[in-house]
Amino acid sequence: MMQRLLLVLGISLTVVGSLAPFVWFVLTSFKTQQEVEAVPPLWWPSGGWHFYRAALFDHHLLSYVGNSVIVAGSTTLLALVIGIPAAYVLARVKLPGKPWILGGLLTVSMFPQMAIAGPIWRLLANVQGLNTHWGLILPYVTFSLPLVIWILASFFKELPAELEEAARVDGCNTWQTLTRIMLPLATPGIFTAAILTFIYSWNEFFFALLILTQPDKHTLPLGIALFQGEFTIPWGELAAASVLATLPLVFIVLLCQRWIISGLSAGAVKG
Amino acid sequence: MSENPPNTFLSAEHRAAWWMLAPALAFTLTLAVYPVIASFILSLYRIILSMPALGEPFVGLENYVLLFADPAARQAFMVTAGFVLCSTTLELAFGLIIALVIHAQFRGRGWVRAAALIPWVIPTAVASQMWRYLFNDQYGLANLIVFGDRVADYIPWLASPGLAFSIMVLVDVWKTSSFAALLILAGLQLIPDELYEAARIDGANLWQRFWHITLPLLKPALLLALLFRTMDAFRVFDLAFVMTQGGPGDATQVLQLYGYKAMFTEGRMGYGSAVSVMVFVAIFALSLVYVRTVGSRLMERET
Repeated sequence: MMQRLLLVLGISLTVVGSLAPFVWFVLTSFKTQQEVEAVPPLWWPSGGWHFYRAALFDHHLLSYVGNSVIVAGSTTLLALVIGIPAAYVLARVKLPGKPWILGGLLTVSMFPQMAIAGPIWRLLANVQGLNTHWGLILPYVTFSLPLVIWILASFFKELPAELEEAARVDGCNTWQTLTRIMLPLATPGIFTAAILTFIYSWNEFFFALLILTQPDKHTLPLGIALFQGEFTIPWGELAAASVLATLPLVFIVLLCQRWIISGLSAGAVKG
Repeated sequence: MSENPPNTFLSAEHRAAWWMLAPALAFTLTLAVYPVIASFILSLYRIILSMPALGEPFVGLENYVLLFADPAARQAFMVTAGFVLCSTTLELAFGLIIALVIHAQFRGRGWVRAAALIPWVIPTAVASQMWRYLFNDQYGLANLIVFGDRVADYIPWLASPGLAFSIMVLVDVWKTSSFAALLILAGLQLIPDELYEAARIDGANLWQRFWHITLPLLKPALLLALLFRTMDAFRVFDLAFVMTQGGPGDATQVLQLYGYKAMFTEGRMGYGSAVSVMVFVAIFALSLVYVRTVGSRLMERET
């Protein structure tokens, strides 16, 4: 009985605590301008979609969305193409120095952004990479690789070794074994790594701020952080923009909650 | 399959393996390892971006001397340390509660797990704006909840140093407790149900089972979550940049923000690099402990 009560309490606390602040922003996005500026604040909106229209067409939100799709999409694709073979090798081939590589990758995933910001900025300035999307994608790929490799390496390790031995007997080399036998089996792991990389590069702020100086190149987090009206912060439009920026992520969480949980704990705990 | 003579330095398999690793290593070396080393080197020079005529003279440890003498740098360190201490403690506490909730068996658990993940998945830039609005001096929900319609009592939360700092902690706790919860959940899943059964048969109540079984067996997972959250909290940036810009005064000026301003607002590339190096050294020391913990499990599996 006691246990039941505590559980209900815990569930309510978790759900309300997690969602309430965001729900308030969603409500705000549907208010009218007067309702947004009402003091004391009003709970219920009556405004409709006008803030969404304004955010999309007067505040460049469409361009931010486009930029974020390009950057997060390319990062995810590249990180997988580079990370999958590396993860396979680290999981399956006996190599000298392997623990060092895996440990090094783990350390890299913890680098504070400032520790590399100056040199990366100078590096990109030298190759005309500042204020370009590829200049942002390169560091994103670098800092997604540890997660991709750790998730996939622990996934590859769980797969039965007999399959590979059979492939070897049939004359497959390492690359062929990976692409023909292991890749199809690793689909769930690849899916998890893809989701987490996408979320990371969709949300990342520091490097975007560092590298993208012109508004037409801005990604969503940067656009929303630097959201400006003529005189004051346009909270209604900002709320609408924030909801639109978060919506794809909410869908991903609702659909893929299971994979996200397994992937995060694989990357961080199980090893 | 390897028909090479055993003496050759690299067998065909090893050669293939290195080729498959090469792109990942190339990215990591060029854009992570090299920049860290370059930061160390830059920190030994006086580089002012806005005054290229001064050149880039080598000044040895001058930047570090300046750094240790600068009260603003000390303040940034204290703010960061305080932030790390408060936020990780609270995140572990709430993370444990959330983990226990989403570990329990009940109908609709998937939905509760998804709900708990929502704060984690919201971009920090968005979350910062959202909470800035919640604590707005006039239109904010916080004022409505605390003062109702007594408008005259409404307070500008983010204009007070103590409150602004606490709010920064609050938002971080809101946003990342669920991540701590996932790490703790992975630990909970390793505890065998039989232990609880046995304890129940012996007459242990709910609290005793939690205190004598769950908590001791969770220690490794809790430590890992603590380590992980400490490292991550130490490099807080987005939150302070978007929500408070480090203010009021320098009450929320965390180290990475301080370094960023020195480097890119004031253009002091050398001095900013010295700040970066200090942040790096602190986190690197922690990450060695972390890699040893996680890495040793990996080795165990290797053998």
